[in-house]
Amino acid sequence: MKKNQSGRVFEACVHGVFLLLGLITVGCVLLITMYLVISGIPAIRQIGLGSFLLGKVWASTTSEPKFGILPFILTSVYGTAGAIVLGVPVGFFTAVYLAKAAQPKVRAVMEGAVSLLAGIPSVVYGLVGMLILVPGIRRVFHVPDGSSLLAAILVLAVMILPSIVKVSMTALEAVPKEYEDASLALGATPVETWFRVSVPAARSGIAAAVVLGVGRAIGEAMAVMMVSGNVANMPSLFQSVRFLTTAVASEMSYAGVGLQRQALFSIALVLFLFIMLINAALNFFLKRSKEG
Amino acid sequence: MKRIFSLILTAALAVSTLAACGQQSTSEGGTVATDGSTSMQKVIGALGEAFEQNNDGATFTYNPTGSGSGITAVSEGRCDIGLSSRSLKDDEKSAGLTETVLAYDGIAIIVNPENPIANLSLEEIAKIYTGEIANWSELGGNDAEIVLIGREAGSGTRDGFESITGTEDACRYRQELTSTGDVIATVSQNPDAIGYASLAALNDSVKAVSVDGVTVSEAAVKDGSYAVQRPFVLVTRTGEALSETAQKFYDFATSADAADIISAAGAVPAV
Repeated sequence: MKKNQSGRVFEACVHGVFLLLGLITVGCVLLITMYLVISGIPAIRQIGLGSFLLGKVWASTTSEPKFGILPFILTSVYGTAGAIVLGVPVGFFTAVYLAKAAQPKVRAVMEGAVSLLAGIPSVVYGLVGMLILVPGIRRVFHVPDGSSLLAAILVLAVMILPSIVKVSMTALEAVPKEYEDASLALGATPVETWFRVSVPAARSGIAAAVVLGVGRAIGEAMAVMMVSGNVANMPSLFQSVRFLTTAVASEMSYAGVGLQRQALFSIALVLFLFIMLINAALNFFLKRSKEG
Repeated sequence: MKRIFSLILTAALAVSTLAACGQQSTSEGGTVATDGSTSMQKVIGALGEAFEQNNDGATFTYNPTGSGSGITAVSEGRCDIGLSSRSLKDDEKSAGLTETVLAYDGIAIIVNPENPIANLSLEEIAKIYTGEIANWSELGGNDAEIVLIGREAGSGTRDGFESITGTEDACRYRQELTSTGDVIATVSQNPDAIGYASLAALNDSVKAVSVDGVTVSEAAVKDGSYAVQRPFVLVTRTGEALSETAQKFYDFATSADAADIISAAGAVPAV
């Protein structure tokens, strides 16, 4: 009787501790959100939402400062889109190959390589991009300088591969074997089975993989900072560009207390809203994948 | 990084101020307040740190507001020592301020070692950075577009370079990088690039061009013959004695002992 009661107290304690630990995570999210909103709103109000989001000129330290972040927004959107266009086909076909066609030995080696790719710190991607990719682009395309949107897109495309491959593979492997067996029994070839049966059955999971890739690409700062040149130009493939993330990172260390610093928080807020949208999309696809 | 450093410094100062309240009778602590140039952050931060270590209980504060604000602050008596990254104007001197050159900030103009250009005038440098000269062939070099490498807005080196060459807010950068090391690495990678970097950070992977025929060196910066340089100045009120602690800091900063600290922070000591 007594033992039972102390056991119950223990259970309650453990429950409480776990709840507390869970609340820490929730608290962090709330804290960051509130902080970003509170520190991001004043600059937007002062500059005006329209001229902040749609202004084409960012010159934060000139005598008449201008705070237009349209170049950053468009660069982030174009850069991410470019990375998806290049990275998704490669990642998707790799996933199909690894999940369905590869020999176990080949698969083990390639899966290891993909995991390793995910583990490489972004500063290393940036360094390799800066020392090999940027001079390479300069030579191949005969432009004066290789630091450009293109360099950033190529780096991002490689960086999002692991998430796309891994999540797509998991989705493809979750397709019930009976579907594929039935397709094969009806006379379809293996390739037909993969693309007509397995892939459509796993489409929600694959969509989630793409969204995850978008999230990774739009949030990346270090690697793109090292290869994109960081000038606040309107985006163009061979021009030096600045992303939303790098706009915050490159000026934060010097920004004083005034409007410039507040505007950086506002950029962070815009970035945060982008990420929230992407997360909402991710949840939507994952939910559908569970139900479907 | 600097922001974090200054935050930590401020926090440490706040704590030590509180601590000082409790033991006022025993410690001989005092405060030295400095205000001014953001470009001097590295030098003055290093000096302040060393000063606090050597003098138990002494408190050093630095308010990075800009040279103009620092000069105003010291003339209005809001700080002990003003910090300016330009020489005082004559009317400022006649208004009762004295300048002491603490160090010089030498900025090297760097190009790729493959670039045949070896000398540029200050005017040519300004024209290059404003886009008026866009091809190396206009200066007798290769037929290639000039790639302008610079630092991010707010950087002390950028501020120094632009104020010396008179190109404030007019530079057409191709790349804005966030550290001197990045600038050097990028220039060493691109044969058509030009950049600027603090003298202390120079290495063999890039070539420093001479400016108006003068090769950059610590000696040339100190004697003023190298053009792309500016003084880091301590500003005090003429004829008014500093507080005991402030005087101690002033003596320390201008002593030979401080020279190593100043060089380590990337400037050329005046002593």
